[in-house]
Amino acid sequence: MPKRTDISSILVIGAGPIVIGQACEFDYSGTQAIKALKEEGYRVVLVNSNPATIMTDPDMADATYIEPITPEVVAKIIEKERPDAVLPTMGGQTALNCALSLERMGVLEKFGVTMIGADAEAIDKAEDRQKFREAMDKIGLESARSGIAHSIDDALKVLETTKLPAIIRPSFTLGGTGGGIAYNKAEFERIVREGLDASPTTEVLIEESLLGWKEFEMEVVRDKADNCIIICSIENVDPMGVHTGDSITVAPALTLTDKEYQIMRSASIAVLREIGVETGGSNVQFAVNPADGRLIVIEMNPRVSRSSALASKATGFPIARVAAKLAVGYTLDEISNEITGATPASFEPTIDYVVTKIPRFAFEKFKGTENNLSTAMKSVGEVMAIGRSFAESMQKALRGLETGLDGFNRMVELEGVSREVLTAALAKRTPDRILQVAQAFREGMSVEDVHAITFYDPWFLRQIEAIIAAEKEISANGLPNDAAALRRLKAMGFSDKRLATLAVRSVGVAGGLGETQARRSGLLHDALRAMAGATSEEEVRKLRQKLGVHPVFKRIDSCAAEFEAITPYMYSTYEAPSFGAPENEAWPSDRRKIVILGGGPNRIGQGIEFDYCCCHACFALEEAGYETIMINCNPETVSTDYDTSDRLYFEPLTAEDVLEILRVEQSTGELVGVIVQFGGQTPLKLAQALEDEGIPILGTSPDAIDLAEDRERFAKLVHKLKLKQPKNGIARSRDEAAAVANTIGYPVLLRPSYVLGGRAMEIVDSEAQLDNYIATAVNVSGDSPVLIDQYLRDAIECDVDALCDGAQVEVAGVMQHIEEAGVHSGDSACTLPPYSLPPEIVAEMERQAKELAIALNVVGLMNIQFAVKDGEVYLIEVNPRASRTVPFVAKAIGQPVAKIAARVMAGEKLDTFPAFKRDLDYMAIKEAVFPFNKFPGSDPVLTPEMKSTGEVMGIDADFATAFYKSQLGAGVTLPETGVLFVSVKDSDKPVIVPAIAMLIEHGFKVIATGGTQTYLTEQGLAVERVKKVAEGQPHIVDKMIDGEVDLVFNTTEGWQSHIDSKSIRASALEKRIPYYTTAAASLAAAQAIVAVKASQLEVRSLQDYYS
Amino acid sequence: MADPASSSAQPKGATGVLVLADGTVVWGKGFGAVGSAVGEVCFNTAMTGYQEVMTDPSYAAQIVTFTFPHIGNVGANDEDFESVVEGAVGCIVREEVTPHSNFRAQQEFADWLAAHDKIGLSGVDTRALTRRIRLSGAPNAVIAHAPDGKFDLHALKARAREWAGLEGMDLAQRVSREKSQDWVGGSWELGNGYGDADNSEKPHVVAIDYGSKDNIFRNLVKAGARVTVVPARTSLNDIMAHQPDGVFLSNGPGDPAATGAYAVPVIKALLDKDVPLFGICLGHQMLALATGAKTVKMHQGHRGANHPVKRLEDGVVEITSMNHGFAVDGDTLPDSVEETHISLFDGSNCGIAVKGKQAFGVQYHPEASPGPQDSFYLFERFVGMLGDN
Repeated sequence: MPKRTDISSILVIGAGPIVIGQACEFDYSGTQAIKALKEEGYRVVLVNSNPATIMTDPDMADATYIEPITPEVVAKIIEKERPDAVLPTMGGQTALNCALSLERMGVLEKFGVTMIGADAEAIDKAEDRQKFREAMDKIGLESARSGIAHSIDDALKVLETTKLPAIIRPSFTLGGTGGGIAYNKAEFERIVREGLDASPTTEVLIEESLLGWKEFEMEVVRDKADNCIIICSIENVDPMGVHTGDSITVAPALTLTDKEYQIMRSASIAVLREIGVETGGSNVQFAVNPADGRLIVIEMNPRVSRSSALASKATGFPIARVAAKLAVGYTLDEISNEITGATPASFEPTIDYVVTKIPRFAFEKFKGTENNLSTAMKSVGEVMAIGRSFAESMQKALRGLETGLDGFNRMVELEGVSREVLTAALAKRTPDRILQVAQAFREGMSVEDVHAITFYDPWFLRQIEAIIAAEKEISANGLPNDAAALRRLKAMGFSDKRLATLAVRSVGVAGGLGETQARRSGLLHDALRAMAGATSEEEVRKLRQKLGVHPVFKRIDSCAAEFEAITPYMYSTYEAPSFGAPENEAWPSDRRKIVILGGGPNRIGQGIEFDYCCCHACFALEEAGYETIMINCNPETVSTDYDTSDRLYFEPLTAEDVLEILRVEQSTGELVGVIVQFGGQTPLKLAQALEDEGIPILGTSPDAIDLAEDRERFAKLVHKLKLKQPKNGIARSRDEAAAVANTIGYPVLLRPSYVLGGRAMEIVDSEAQLDNYIATAVNVSGDSPVLIDQYLRDAIECDVDALCDGAQVEVAGVMQHIEEAGVHSGDSACTLPPYSLPPEIVAEMERQAKELAIALNVVGLMNIQFAVKDGEVYLIEVNPRASRTVPFVAKAIGQPVAKIAARVMAGEKLDTFPAFKRDLDYMAIKEAVFPFNKFPGSDPVLTPEMKSTGEVMGIDADFATAFYKSQLGAGVTLPETGVLFVSVKDSDKPVIVPAIAMLIEHGFKVIATGGTQTYLTEQGLAVERVKKVAEGQPHIVDKMIDGEVDLVFNTTEGWQSHIDSKSIRASALEKRIPYYTTAAASLAAAQAIVAVKASQLEVRSLQDYYS
Repeated sequence: MADPASSSAQPKGATGVLVLADGTVVWGKGFGAVGSAVGEVCFNTAMTGYQEVMTDPSYAAQIVTFTFPHIGNVGANDEDFESVVEGAVGCIVREEVTPHSNFRAQQEFADWLAAHDKIGLSGVDTRALTRRIRLSGAPNAVIAHAPDGKFDLHALKARAREWAGLEGMDLAQRVSREKSQDWVGGSWELGNGYGDADNSEKPHVVAIDYGSKDNIFRNLVKAGARVTVVPARTSLNDIMAHQPDGVFLSNGPGDPAATGAYAVPVIKALLDKDVPLFGICLGHQMLALATGAKTVKMHQGHRGANHPVKRLEDGVVEITSMNHGFAVDGDTLPDSVEETHISLFDGSNCGIAVKGKQAFGVQYHPEASPGPQDSFYLFERFVGMLGDN
């Protein structure tokens, strides 16, 4: 069937900011969808508030709206653009919910917009727990015993049928927010309450526990002719009880007979048909009782999802692209499989390798919260690895995770512990469980024992047991000195580094120590090497080279080699020689090539912004005529899409894995260089190893990058350039600290060199405070010095992104932070252009930026952070590489900043590109988005440690409106009127006065605690007093819980006040009351409230802004 | 690709070997039965159902290369059999077979292979082997397993070289039943296994066994038929003596032209008598031969559980299980025959219907096992025809 001709323009709804449960996989799917629709000649309108996405690049959609994804705002876009259809299945739950609201509000009908991909009825049937259950009953599929509750009373009734332990799932939430498993009644009531709160429909589903059952997922695609195909089956290594996004998973399913698999296959197709997903991709989740195969349907998502991205990368089948084409009327047999180029999309991919996904967590950022895994998703990213065996794929994934693992590293804290301790550790579902399992085998536990505690399938356990057995063998006898035996170990996925560590153990020296000794003392070294085979990563590499043990590269071709694949999408594996030399399908070209190293798994601080830069490097260098080669291991990204680069290696970003790829790529053609400056810290860390092997690094030299990061070297440069840095020093005793602080002058910022009990940093105003800090918070000694910095109180922080070709410097953007210095730059809102800085200050920052760029001989991108206080510009830090703000700057000024940088790195000069126009007649504001609601118990206060997972951009003619939009995009609807609660630290009191005055005038009632109330009253403002929590009830938190507070301004200084006010911030978070923890942001919020009425918000496309 | 005729020195610990007719030697670890067997090396891309594949008589005289690296994970059991006669003679896998993990397993796969006299070879770059088959066709070879690692390579090479191959080989006779049998098994259900066929008043299908998969009969039963299975060489008279409402032509191994020598005349006669006919795979090919069409040996064959087939009457795509090295040449179909299905991979013929008759056949395996069950409707269609007679 041909494509639909009754529609000509289509609105695609994006997923908004990166949050836990909704990450850059939706940039991947949205980007694919937009490309596919444009290919078919449709006019594409896009709304997405996230500027760090490839899909919001102005040359992607025909009209791009970086606007908040709320039904009201999207309705305005519809009114303005009059699309014929809306495609809501590419933007996760956000897009689906928005489309459902638009339907219910009658907007779609009013403007004659058809929903394509999934209709409202199907979405509702899949998302509404009760309707879904009824649908499953109808087609004879079993669901878990369960019931719906809208109150605690309902819930207790349901509990009678499900019994404990019970699983609680709130309806319509992302990543299962607010859900959990209850083992006792108290826990049950608490989780139900949280779930009811989290659910926009105040509804939770309570289910019988299927803890310990096996969990599977099927990725299904259906077209309008009712052709259904399975793209991929996924099996969770973590059994039921852990959210699938937090589970280690493998593809394909490994422990099913064909009969069981076909039951699941037929069931998934039946589910799609019954739910009525007319076209596109969906996933269906199942639980299987390992004892008898009883199959239970858990849920289905009538849209592309995180697992669709995983399935696409795992098989090579581009689910989102195909789903977009199906949505406009094509059938599967009419779409070609671009991987083979010869076969249609209407087939089921088959794979001849094993794919492992491991989630990456960030619990360490959220102190006070437990690292328990449950049915609410908590991971912030994931790594995927491909190997020809489970062991190889698993060990590649472990090292690709970049959490310091080289494989199954030992868990020192479990070495030699009692069986009870081991059992208790294994029984907890934590991110480390897979390592604990391995450790349990080292401690002598059996597969049966470990299975009885963890319910991991014995098949997986035996594989891990075999890896540990091989480790023991190396630890006992050192490394083998023959190719076949070494290759066998490499084929199990062991990294060179892990092999070195194990080999050193064979001579009875502890790992790290042994390595150091080995490198330093000649004689001992030779003896060690003789006994162990090799003692360092480099030596294992040399041993491999000597024996000719190298990986080969195989293609991901969606068909297990049945057809020739035209797309060079590859992974490494160690093959035994079967026909002469092991067959290598890399087939490098003879072109001039550039390798771009990606950013690895998403984490807080390194996410989509860096992937955006890497993608742009690919696009730009391809335009410039180079062959682009991408190496990355993050399945959620656009960079790992098969058509982003000319060649794609899906590999861990370790020196070993990257060097092996480069070895092959260098075998023919010309490797012009490697770009390490775009993917964040991950590739930068590899720069030295690459340089040591003589690999050319493009752009700014690793030495210049190191210079900028080395405290002492950098201080010298600053001195030479006569720039100003906040004064700083290091102290190793109380007296030294006092002396340094006196030299610098109070206030100073104190930081321990390592952190004790979460108390990382404190601003002190006097020697007495300093004494108190040292007495209570840190252990100052020679081994753990304390760092002392001049504290620039109330300074304004700025970011400058600039480009340099070694001779010429071009500033792309100067951003003024809204939050004052002291909040991590990634967590603060910022404006472009600066909203309140005098032009001469901006000019001074630009001047300093240019001097630094030349002095550091930057070739490519550079980011500089400044603080401005009392008209003085202080240099905080310089990063001569791509920064987190690059995509925001590019979107704000409408220039392909990262692309130009990539071409400059490849040797072009800045003056060959048009100069940036930076006199904007609008304001762009970036606001950070935080995951605090996923981490109960953590304090939602902003600190120098970054905690945000994503960002949105608000763009409008003036500051207040742009700020309002940035808040709305981040999920905060500012109240039009109501009750404001204020409690601010002394230094903020004068600053906050205008905000309070403004809001009172606007009709707000203001309440405040003691000091703040007194101060504000003295300023002539009508402010009521409310008790602090410590002053007895009824206090402020009572009022917040009772819904009597609509807005919170709360700033603190000092450890005690911080602790005292934690319950205020926690309640604000829980009750979804907008809250601001800095004076500057409070002021901005007040301005926005006064200036903007939500109903009057206007929308404007990027293309319109730029023209 | 490396030199195809290269033969490496025997590595330490090698207990299995594959010797191709061109002299290529591939070393690995042997498992399953000890000894050697000759056959054609083919590949199968299905990720589940290795036991069904190994017991499928269509694989007689073949050595199956499994493209999925982990084989044996779910062990072996008494239910996942497609036939008790010989199927594939051996298999080649990437990874060593691991102990099983599945509640249905009764035996380790390696032990099961040994018990059924099939040879396994692990540690082979099965992807390289598959690519080789794709590029230069399915080779004849000998697979051998010797726990002591002692092999007479000369003899093995000679045996591989001298084996005549599948073309022109009537294997059906070798794997067909010797006596007719009233089929008793119903379709498989989780928890209940195979039910018993209810053999009361139901349309009667006589199924000619050219090396059939049992799941075909189970599906016929599920679709509402009573089934009598008869040997490949059963005469027309003997077939008619069973008073069939319809005759089913089964799958089977080997060259359709060879088996057709005796089967095609019978099928022609059944057509003339307007007996409803349904053929699968080899049965389909011989039905085509009976109408005057021709069959050809394919370069690499179709073997997997993910093959898309287009049903021409309404354009619907069926994902099918396939296992064939010969195909009906669509260009040779006479006017009396309508092409009903084609492969979406290469356009080759996948189904025919004889115009004006109740006779049709498909090249693929609607009985699945292993594979998707999208095409069960064909059994219902066939059994549905039988009421009219």
